[in-house]
Amino acid sequence: MSDRRRPDQPVTTLEELEAEPIVGREGSLYADAWRQLRRRPMFIISGVLIMILALMAIWPSLFTRVDPRDCNLADSLLRPSGEHWFGTDVQGCDYFARTIWGARVSITIGVLVTAASTLIAVVLGSIAGYYGGIVDTIIARITDIWFAIPTILGGIVILRSIFSTRGLLQVSLVLIVLGWPTMLRLVRSAVMATKEMDYVDAARALGVRDFRIIRRHILPNAVAPVIVYATITVGVIISAEAALSFLGVGLQLPAISWGLMISVAQNRILTAPHLLLFPGAFLSVTVFTFILMGDALRDALDPRLR
Amino acid sequence: MATTLTRDTVGGRPVDPAAPLLAVEDLRVEFRIDAGIVQAVNGLSYTLGRGETVAILGESGSGKSVSAQAVMGIVDSPPGFVTGGSVRFRGVELLDLAEPERRRVRGNRIAMIFQDALTALNLVFSVGWQIGEMFRIHRGVPRKQAQEKAIELMERVKIPSARERAGCYPHEFSGGMRQRVMIAMALSLDPEILIADEPTTALDVTVQAQIMSLLAELQQQTGMGLILITHDLGVVAEVADHLVVMYAGREVEKGPSLPVYHRPAHPYTMGLMDSLPRRDVHTERLRPIKGSPPDLLAIPSGCPFRPRCRFAADICAAKEPPLAAVSAGRVSACHFWEEVSRERSGD
Amino acid sequence: MGRYLIRRLLQFIPVFFGATLLIFIMVWAIPGDPIAALAGDRVLPDTVREQIRDRYHLDDPLIVQYGKYMGGVFQGDFGDDFRGRPVTDLLGQRLPITVRLALLAFGFEVVLGIIAGILAGVRKGGFVDNLVLVSTLVVIAIPIFVLGFLAQLVLGVKFGWFPVSGVQRGLLSYLLPAMVLGSVSLAYIARLTRTSLIENLRADYVRTATAKGLSRRRVVGIHTFRNSMIPVVTFLAIDLGSLMGGAIITETIFNIPGLGRAVFEGVQRQEGTVVVGIVTFLVVVYMVANLLVDVLYAVLDPRIRYE
Repeated sequence: MSDRRRPDQPVTTLEELEAEPIVGREGSLYADAWRQLRRRPMFIISGVLIMILALMAIWPSLFTRVDPRDCNLADSLLRPSGEHWFGTDVQGCDYFARTIWGARVSITIGVLVTAASTLIAVVLGSIAGYYGGIVDTIIARITDIWFAIPTILGGIVILRSIFSTRGLLQVSLVLIVLGWPTMLRLVRSAVMATKEMDYVDAARALGVRDFRIIRRHILPNAVAPVIVYATITVGVIISAEAALSFLGVGLQLPAISWGLMISVAQNRILTAPHLLLFPGAFLSVTVFTFILMGDALRDALDPRLR
Repeated sequence: MATTLTRDTVGGRPVDPAAPLLAVEDLRVEFRIDAGIVQAVNGLSYTLGRGETVAILGESGSGKSVSAQAVMGIVDSPPGFVTGGSVRFRGVELLDLAEPERRRVRGNRIAMIFQDALTALNLVFSVGWQIGEMFRIHRGVPRKQAQEKAIELMERVKIPSARERAGCYPHEFSGGMRQRVMIAMALSLDPEILIADEPTTALDVTVQAQIMSLLAELQQQTGMGLILITHDLGVVAEVADHLVVMYAGREVEKGPSLPVYHRPAHPYTMGLMDSLPRRDVHTERLRPIKGSPPDLLAIPSGCPFRPRCRFAADICAAKEPPLAAVSAGRVSACHFWEEVSRERSGD
Repeated sequence: MGRYLIRRLLQFIPVFFGATLLIFIMVWAIPGDPIAALAGDRVLPDTVREQIRDRYHLDDPLIVQYGKYMGGVFQGDFGDDFRGRPVTDLLGQRLPITVRLALLAFGFEVVLGIIAGILAGVRKGGFVDNLVLVSTLVVIAIPIFVLGFLAQLVLGVKFGWFPVSGVQRGLLSYLLPAMVLGSVSLAYIARLTRTSLIENLRADYVRTATAKGLSRRRVVGIHTFRNSMIPVVTFLAIDLGSLMGGAIITETIFNIPGLGRAVFEGVQRQEGTVVVGIVTFLVVVYMVANLLVDVLYAVLDPRIRYE
């Protein structure tokens, strides 16, 4: 990452969390945060929505009995009605069912990619932040290289060139590869700031081994901004997958993805707007929910913003 | 330097030649926060004469900084509000002035310097620019001349190589030099009063002494009044003419500095004196004041110092001690001030 | 300042070669037949295959391949399409259009974003503040292509205020796409400015400036403004990357014949070499732009010039 100094002031979403770590007595900050969170409407609303979405992803049949692939060409492009709540698409598939099943793909990719990127970022970031020196410089340069390639562009190139079939796994892999640098930068700066704290020196003086120091002293404090950013990232990844699928380099048919559905709907927005609106709405609400949750978490965990 | 008291009006109103430079009377400032109302300043009074130095002493939370902010008119509002009392600058009531008038007094007639120059100065502008700003804004001086004046001021506060360094940024100076920059900035328009809020707290001891002697020298030259706010008794000893000791937003002792030093008439003042390490008195342990400053949301009834006071008795919980006259020009807010001052006789 | 610049440049060089190498490897050095991957479903006659092998030096060892590839880049050679037409031609045609779109979007997002952020920040908790917070959140959440279609439908078709396709109507045609393109960044910039301003308004130097008798307008407009802009400038550099990605989507939706659409067409038509060529070009531009922003950052914030 460039040495461009991240100023001490927080910065929205992305870099906001790169500022000083939230240092608190282990446990008390989170207990405090939990109490705060429970009361906030933002948290409650987004929490409920996330649970609904998770349910949709895991048990789509809870929401619809119809099989999204049970399509009847005769029923092509029907408007929303009592029988087909969201109407039907070009091939006569029930759109409501397709929209519900689309949640599975989005949530899965969102969570999978975020979890994996976070893991990589935490491991590499702690090493880079804690040890500094040449290790840090190398990791920093490598991250810089990744940063130099904008996500969508990189996604297009990789997905087009490398993969002939693009399923959930391939798309996830690409997003992980493109996503870990930002998370890493966050972890690294949080670790570096925590490292300066006196109690770390004390632990070192007592002869505690590095790994243990990182695990028990540094990480718990550095982890708060990571939690916030990871939550927001889920939303961002879901959006990115949809964008890539929309451009034709993401998931392929017959996968059910909101991005794909919108891509197909492109040519018919005037004649059959419902094809665009329903997946579009679901997509937007999903991304919105995760970002809202991230915001709520950040407000609760950052003592300075109170 | 010529006498500074040549300005005849404040905010359009004529000054009263007989009035002291600054007269604060029963000042009250409260902060309205979610948890309740905090009475940060609860009836503070003192006067400052021409060429005098008043030191306001107290721990954090005693209200000393807030009271100075109230004089300047820069209390963060909301949540802070000046709810009562009077602040008279040369006889003119500042609290009655409209904001544009107060702004003309600020920096121009009454100036203030702060504790940590590194955060108090703007880091993206050069020191010359920031000092020159006073001339450019208050007096409409063009840029080049303002820069020249800034250099003059920097030389006056003894910053070496002032001309070359005027274009430098605050982070390029050492702590002591930065503080001089702030002093230069404050003095630029020849203010009649300088308020120094913990000017040396962030500095090394040797630098502290330099800054304090610089302030004293400048005061000699200009005849301005100096209000020194600090929690550090050592800093104040040689410089102050009068001491005002504050606790929980009130003044608990007030008087000429030497007598208060040698014979404190309030347990808190005594505690402060005792907690100083002294070369001439051999003790084995330092004697801090037991307990901690009160939670301003829940000030103890009666005398606020009661929980920490070894002279405390029942009356202290029941009745808030009035400001008793100890001697000419000295007051103490303690029911037992006579006992307290007796402890030190012969010292 | 000079030392800072040199250090920046030294950091830039490995990143430059690293990124281009990465792209190069991803395209030409993966196991399997790169030509087949690039061509997708298209079946290429052997003669064309031979030409391609020759053109891209595929028979040379990897290092040499990369060297010649980079040599080409420095001379402005970004490859050809499958009919032998150089990508550079395409760049020449399409770039000006995309530049116009991007500049418009950039101006839109910077001006409106900063203004919105300032208005929200100076009166924190007020009506404008909440309005800005909610609307930016909504804009960030709605994916740009959904936003684009909605804008097309509502503002373009229903209300007829803007043209929705092509660039025939001159500047007017660029307006709606530019607004859509800049919308997400506008939201980020507004939030960023707001947060930064709020932080700065609480800073000690504000109290000093007020104590100097400066007017509120000056304290906010000059003293805090400079400091507040620093993180925004940092963001703008990164933003350029998302602008590029967003341009692909926006140009596709609004049928603007720019570079972004060229990428999309390349993907659709399985013109792998075109895609790679344009992406390489864009990445280089992105890196150079970041370098320039780093320099601008040093101008704004004197603290880092001397690190």
